[in-house]
Amino acid sequence: MLTLPPLPVTIPMSAAAALAAGNKHLPRWLADAVAILATIAAGLISAALMLQSQAHPIVYWFGGWTPRAGVAIGISFAIDPFGAGLATFVSLLILAALIFSLHYFDSVGTLFHVLMLMFLAAMCGFSLTGDIFNLFVFFELMSASAFALCGYKNEEPQSMQGALNFGVTNTIGAFLALTGIGLLYARTGALNMAQIGRALGNHADSLVIFAFVLIMCGFLVKAAIFPFHFWLADAHAVAPTPVCILFSGVMVELGLYAAARVYWAVIDNPFSSHRPALMALLLVVGALTTIIGGLMCFGQRHIKRLLAYSTISHMGLMLIGFALLKPEALSGAAMYVLGHGMVKAALFIVSGILLHRFATIDELDLRGRARALRGTAIVFFIAALGLAGVPGFGTFMGEHAVEEAAKKAGQGWVSIIFFIGAVLTAGAVLRVGGRVFLGWGPGEEGETAGAKKIDEEPETEGAPSGRVPRVMITPAAALVALALVVGLAPRFDHAVRDAAFAFTDTAGYQARVLDSAAVPVQVPPEEHAPMLPSVLRACGAALGAVLLAGFALSPLWPRKKPYPRGISAVIWPLRRLHSGHVGDYVTFLTFGVAAFGGVLAWLMR
Amino acid sequence: MTLMPYLLAAWLLLVGLYGVITSRNFVHLIICLAVLQSSTYVLLLAVGYRVGGVPPVFAGVSVGTPAVDPVVQALMLTDIVVEATVVALLLALSVQLQKNSGTLNPDEISDLEG
Repeated sequence: MLTLPPLPVTIPMSAAAALAAGNKHLPRWLADAVAILATIAAGLISAALMLQSQAHPIVYWFGGWTPRAGVAIGISFAIDPFGAGLATFVSLLILAALIFSLHYFDSVGTLFHVLMLMFLAAMCGFSLTGDIFNLFVFFELMSASAFALCGYKNEEPQSMQGALNFGVTNTIGAFLALTGIGLLYARTGALNMAQIGRALGNHADSLVIFAFVLIMCGFLVKAAIFPFHFWLADAHAVAPTPVCILFSGVMVELGLYAAARVYWAVIDNPFSSHRPALMALLLVVGALTTIIGGLMCFGQRHIKRLLAYSTISHMGLMLIGFALLKPEALSGAAMYVLGHGMVKAALFIVSGILLHRFATIDELDLRGRARALRGTAIVFFIAALGLAGVPGFGTFMGEHAVEEAAKKAGQGWVSIIFFIGAVLTAGAVLRVGGRVFLGWGPGEEGETAGAKKIDEEPETEGAPSGRVPRVMITPAAALVALALVVGLAPRFDHAVRDAAFAFTDTAGYQARVLDSAAVPVQVPPEEHAPMLPSVLRACGAALGAVLLAGFALSPLWPRKKPYPRGISAVIWPLRRLHSGHVGDYVTFLTFGVAAFGGVLAWLMR
Repeated sequence: MTLMPYLLAAWLLLVGLYGVITSRNFVHLIICLAVLQSSTYVLLLAVGYRVGGVPPVFAGVSVGTPAVDPVVQALMLTDIVVEATVVALLLALSVQLQKNSGTLNPDEISDLEG
């Protein structure tokens, strides 16, 4: 069984190499088949690893370079259910995206498949590795595939601009993280995360804090956390739909995963006396991200951009789950990642179907034009409810767990943030649904001034009529159904909770990796918290979202502005910040890192 | 151990960032990014440097001779590969941008506001 761990990386990589070699000589169906089979294989192996690692997390040393006397020389994959679960989830979403793109792209050669498989291999490796430099290399491999996929429609200028903004910002983030990694190596002489953690002991001096801030900010750039989030909307607006599924569904979440992984494997013990400071800072950043993402989301008329801002808002929510630095809250964040990834992927697939059918992705242009697409509409509205966190969905279970942990930590106010975030993002998505599928509200004739229209080139040739192809709508329906399964399956939340305890067990992680000790994971019994407050909050948020969407579609809403006058004055400066100019984004990134470090140092004084 | 290489790394990071922020041409901007990245090379090499250390090739060297750290050199080589990939990719995107819109100035393209 010990030969399984490298396969989720090596299978897609080998398949990608084979497809790249045969590029123009292979028929399209063969490329599709190879890519889909490789993805299924990677997914099944990751799932097997996940099940196997539930009892005992797996440590695999490449080349058999096991540690001697607690000193690691080799490179390891340290696999726990979270990491393997994420790899499985990545494979699932790649599979959905590949199936969706069967009828979508008239791709030239096999380039698209090669990039998707490299993206898959990098994300799997990123989830499984136990080595901090390996983490950086997979991070960059993932980024490079993502930049290329983002700029896939290379005949459009805005597509190039979006990909460049994405590429430049994320590369700077990666190199900040690498600087931090270099500094940690300077202090500890180790690259294995468990060994760095052990070498640091309980002591955090200014060098360690500085390195930690750089690594954290580097990964938070990928996670699109305010003020590092600017690239995300540009990248999503221009990327082909199957790529958006992966960006929103799992790539940005992996940024947060890496931050959490580094925190618990390396920095938790040295930071043990500074946890309240870090928690306070991350909670505020998470809350700001949720609110700003939500406000920006509501002001969009380009549907993909709207969904992208909604992702930013939800990333804030997941950051809050991490920020509490408690396994219970982290299990909520993980649950939320699954639930959100599935419904958001479904929403992107629906937006891809709209673009496929009507050759536009502009909400006002599309008013009432999708009335005939009943099945698509049903999937869209159910996914919108999932986004609002209606009880029954994985998103709700996640929010509930985070809320309970927050109450215990005396941070009950995060429920209000969840409420506002859900009302704004789900309200915006429901507004789109009402306008596009039901024909409510004004359309293009009431030209809005604030939200700029982006002309979109169709990604497919010709405007097909008739039914929506099954291969397009089936993945969306399946993902929405899975989001419900994740939320409703008995015992699933318990399994996620156990996995969170395994993930946050720093001493156990170090012993397993460095001493090859079979340390069982200690999971304290669950305290049954009443679910009613969360249910009421979630239903209230869903109701609020419906009312907000109804209000936005009613004649009461100003026709020429994306917001009513009073709110517009507040939001206008915020919208101006999202200038599409990469220099501005890097300025915010630089100040963000400085502020993050400065405030953390001040809180820790 | 001198402080100089660390100061140099910090300087390269900052001028690289300054260049990226103020650049009005994507090719220039990407080269500034490469400058920023070279700060990590200096940092990694500085971390592994030992005063009086020999290169980490141990043929014909007596046991106990101090040597510079080969691990960071391996990291730096990997880093160079990564940088070459990313810079080449971003430059390719810039070429496409020039072809499609006739400009490389980020100020002149503003399709992605708001």
